[in-house]
Amino acid sequence: MFRVVERETRVYLALWRGIAFTTFVQPALYLGAMGVGLGGLVKAHTGSVDGLTYLDFVAPGLLVATAVQLAASESMWPVLGGVKWMRQFHGVVATPIRPGELYAGFVLFTAIRAMFGSVAFLLIAALLGAVPSAWGLLAIPAAGLCSAAFGAPLAAYSIGLDSDVAFPMIMRLAILPLFLFSGTFFPISQLPHGLRGLAVFSPLWHGVELARAATTGHFGAAAVVAHLAVLVAVVGVSGAIGVRTFTKRLSS
Amino acid sequence: MIEARALEKRFGSFVAVAGIDFSIQPGEAFGFLGPNGAGKTSTMRMIGCVSPRSGGELCVLGLDPVHDGPRIRSRIGVVPQEDNLDTELTVWDNLMIYGRYFDLPRAEIRERAAELLEFVQLGDRRNSKVDPLSGGMKRRLTIARSLINRPELLLLDEPTTGLDPQARHLLWDRLYQLKRNGVTLVLTTHYMDEAEQLCDRLVVMDNARIVAEGSPRQLIADNVTREVVEIRLAIDADPESEVARLKRYGDRVEALADRILLYTDDGDATAHSVQGEGFDAGSVLVRRASLEDVFLILTGRTLED
Repeated sequence: MFRVVERETRVYLALWRGIAFTTFVQPALYLGAMGVGLGGLVKAHTGSVDGLTYLDFVAPGLLVATAVQLAASESMWPVLGGVKWMRQFHGVVATPIRPGELYAGFVLFTAIRAMFGSVAFLLIAALLGAVPSAWGLLAIPAAGLCSAAFGAPLAAYSIGLDSDVAFPMIMRLAILPLFLFSGTFFPISQLPHGLRGLAVFSPLWHGVELARAATTGHFGAAAVVAHLAVLVAVVGVSGAIGVRTFTKRLSS
Repeated sequence: MIEARALEKRFGSFVAVAGIDFSIQPGEAFGFLGPNGAGKTSTMRMIGCVSPRSGGELCVLGLDPVHDGPRIRSRIGVVPQEDNLDTELTVWDNLMIYGRYFDLPRAEIRERAAELLEFVQLGDRRNSKVDPLSGGMKRRLTIARSLINRPELLLLDEPTTGLDPQARHLLWDRLYQLKRNGVTLVLTTHYMDEAEQLCDRLVVMDNARIVAEGSPRQLIADNVTREVVEIRLAIDADPESEVARLKRYGDRVEALADRILLYTDDGDATAHSVQGEGFDAGSVLVRRASLEDVFLILTGRTLED
């Protein structure tokens, strides 16, 4: 499985120049616009957001949300590419590597890549003063786990497809709404009553809560454990499904 | 090396392999000859431990694919029908990463990769991306890749399909070399010249079954006469009536769309008598019988559908 991570790393290193913008510059721009620009407005009119400055509130939200958005798209098109268009997955399973290991390595790399991006984001956020607590470093594994919670089910699903028609729909109808409404840009207490309860079904909300607890240093142990448990459960269940779907598609 | 008894493969209700037996000895070049759809690729995938069998027994390198798939795969090499090279990596990295899938140490892979690129004559392309390579080069790279783990057994599924004659001959030459070095070769093909040139023994497959087996020479000797007289028909000729006319000149007659084949042990004599029937010398050809004729006689169809 780690050989698969090796392959993904090799490709990533070859492509890093193209990814540098989204990894470093884009988060800085977002933080600048939202955290500082919008934040100033919020401070003037509302004061604090859940006891935090807006910058401190939005930084962890953006950190996890951008990681997850990337993980989502990286777990759809490249998976279908591996089995149907470029077909390199078929080459891999002719070696001692089992389809389940290929899947696990792929999801693992997705999480590692998300964490790599998060380190950059956290650095920039810290430079802007948006990370008051030293626990903030834990936002990085939180982003990794949350990315895996999206990558695992999406890869498990994508391997069995014949075409990519569903992907833009998934991005628009699932990933984007989750990105916007999972406590990323505003607390879920701002949502209408009925919708607030739905946040618990968003893995991104759990990831954001964990990251915010880390960067601000305000956390309740029970809540943290609960959020972790949900994310681990999502990864576990989709992981089991993914091993099956990858084995079925690559080893029939 | 490989033993199969009543080997079966089903996809739902479709039977791709309907219970076949074969036995492949170490060091030999063994072929599965048959048209597209005969079940050759399904058989190869079962031997290669990437497809579980639906019935029967299969033993590769003394191990059962069901229990020891990864172990068997670590000792074999596979050249698939459709290229599946990693287009996001260079030629060199394709070999390095593939070697890593076998958990080989990097230094060893580096050495092997350099050797193998020379072997397939791609040494000057090591830093090239995969996409710009020609079909023949990609196939050569796939062969180099399949050898990275020094396999005892090499599986090649239609290795020269789609290649020009020069590329084919280069490939055959390399395969001969491998065989001389003791690698067992198992290949599938629908080209009778490939089967005749490369294989020590082969089985003929058609419609999920084995219809004949033996060495190329044996198969020809057992099933066909020594020579064949090919008579090219005029465009408006009716094959049926021509067959009726020519039947008495040969041991056996087969009609193709554009030709009549007369099977006989003495081609020249038969050709001579046939010329009396009004065919000019240009449309009469004498040749040795081939595996294509074996297939035609056994199944009534040609290898190329």
